[in-house]
Amino acid sequence: MQQPGRAAEIKANGIGKSFGSFRALDNLSLDIGRGEFLTLLGPSGSGKTTFLMILAGFVQPSEGKLFSDGVDITNRPAEQRAAGMVFQGYALFPHMSVEQNIAFPLKVRKKSAAEIKQRVGEMIERVGLKGHEKKLPAQLSGGQQQRVALARALVFEPGVLLLDEPFSALDKSLRGQMQAEMKRLHQETGTTFVFVTHDQSEALALSSRVAIFNHGKLLQVGRPDEVYDRPANRFVAEFLGEINMLPVKGVRPADNGATGLCEDRAVNMRCKAEAIKGDAILAIRPEDMSIAPEASVNENGIAATAVASTYLGAATKLDLTTRQGAKVTVSVPNEVAAAALSKGNSVWLTWPAEKGFLLPDGGQ
Amino acid sequence: MRGILSDRVGAALLMAPLLLFLILAYAWPFLGVVKWSFTLPTPGLGQYHALLTDDLVQSVFIRTLRIAAIVTVVSVTAAYAITVVWVRGSPVQRVLAEFCILVPFWISVLTRAFGWVALLSNRGLINTWLQSIGFISEPLTLVRNEFGVVVGMSHFLIPFAVFPLASAMRSLDERVLLAARGLGSSRMRTFWTVFVPMTRSGIIGSALITFVFSLGFFVTPAILGGGRSVMIAELIYLRIFQSPDWGLGAAISVVLVVFVGALMALLFRYVKPKELV
Repeated sequence: MQQPGRAAEIKANGIGKSFGSFRALDNLSLDIGRGEFLTLLGPSGSGKTTFLMILAGFVQPSEGKLFSDGVDITNRPAEQRAAGMVFQGYALFPHMSVEQNIAFPLKVRKKSAAEIKQRVGEMIERVGLKGHEKKLPAQLSGGQQQRVALARALVFEPGVLLLDEPFSALDKSLRGQMQAEMKRLHQETGTTFVFVTHDQSEALALSSRVAIFNHGKLLQVGRPDEVYDRPANRFVAEFLGEINMLPVKGVRPADNGATGLCEDRAVNMRCKAEAIKGDAILAIRPEDMSIAPEASVNENGIAATAVASTYLGAATKLDLTTRQGAKVTVSVPNEVAAAALSKGNSVWLTWPAEKGFLLPDGGQ
Repeated sequence: MRGILSDRVGAALLMAPLLLFLILAYAWPFLGVVKWSFTLPTPGLGQYHALLTDDLVQSVFIRTLRIAAIVTVVSVTAAYAITVVWVRGSPVQRVLAEFCILVPFWISVLTRAFGWVALLSNRGLINTWLQSIGFISEPLTLVRNEFGVVVGMSHFLIPFAVFPLASAMRSLDERVLLAARGLGSSRMRTFWTVFVPMTRSGIIGSALITFVFSLGFFVTPAILGGGRSVMIAELIYLRIFQSPDWGLGAAISVVLVVFVGALMALLFRYVKPKELV
């Protein structure tokens, strides 16, 4: 795709893919920056894996163009693109030892025996597989196989590393460990990483930018905090984590943002209301809401009744119902939850104006 | 527990007729053959001793092993190519390959052997055609020799060699092949360094099945060998039906069965039975 050792810059222009009558990917345009760690996030069937396969060259797009460092690579076969790729289930060569697996891309490139030996040795050290060189993949644990897959995909210094749900088969503690390791590898190699996952916390934790997919469409791209705090639509808001949705009426622009009526009380939002007027949805993350003893004029707030609580250790999750019947979940300190439940379950819910954001009513 | 038990009983009942048939029609008579080999014409190990010293028997044994080996290489290679098309080809190619694999099963081995005679004999289709285009002046000896036997036997055995290969190719993880290509390997290289090694169990199974089948071939070598290229099964037939030498025929049979049994044991050390179908 590019000279070895140099991170690639990829540009997708109006990429679409149909499988028969199924539209897997629709008019996708996306710039992937040099050395960036981009996550493609979405539920299964959202098109994220199809896009990764198009990047790798395993799937030919029905329309659109793909550029790598400004060169059109839309019709270039996979073996000439040579993006490093880590597959779901790793796809190691079962008949080759760890060493042979990692040496494979170098042998294909006809490197000298001495160079292969040296680079494979370095890579084995880097991913912590020393002492396992002669083993077959079947003799390794899931985490070790994962490391072999990473080493094999990085050893030839590809301009871009593509990862298809690489951690889906690992247990939770190993996952965390491998995530940290992948972040380190990204920093060390400086290569462009494109990572597919359906796990939103993984996406937020690892990437420099997240691209969220649904039904074959790219819905939003942005830094993890951007997409989490300012989702473009309801799907993104809900997919990235638990969120409370309250109907607001009569939204209009105001000083520093917008204002409207929520449960018959005036509420202020710090977001712009240009696109949204009239009725809308006010979305607030559970950790951004708190419980106050009584109403305050200067603060956003509504009355609610606590109906259930779930002890989570560090905090308590409290389920509440508002006067108008909306369901709300908040995450509050354990003693606050206990106090709320003890005083007749009736509480006052508040949130800072800058934490709530508006989404179009009813729409996605 | 009841469920498991009745399942087992049910399975045993379903298997029983086959088992009974094998015992009555195969194991029991074979024990008779074993007895003959030690008792005819006089009790003792005389026939086994003769087997080790008789030049004719030994040359037939060696020829049988040689032909079986050649047939195995030819059949497995051809079957591998057909199976690749059958398992991985386009839909049209798959149907065509399936046709080529299944149709031979509907034609009797005898018909096929005579078909090859018609094609390969001195005045057969191939020689006539080659002469008519002036490629050769004298007919080639294509039949009534080992060449004819190898052609006829391979033709018969290729479909049997296909199934273990197909099973191995079907269970292969497609992503491993994608991975190889993604790492820069050409299609050819991926085929030889990844695809073929990964179907190793299929190749072993296919080769052993073909080899074992070849050892016991009777009709095809008898017709296409024309008496000049006698294989072990034909020799047994001649000993028992044409010269009253039942003891030697029986001894050869016993050696053949023991040899095949050993090969099968070897096969199942490397390949699970379910990988063969």
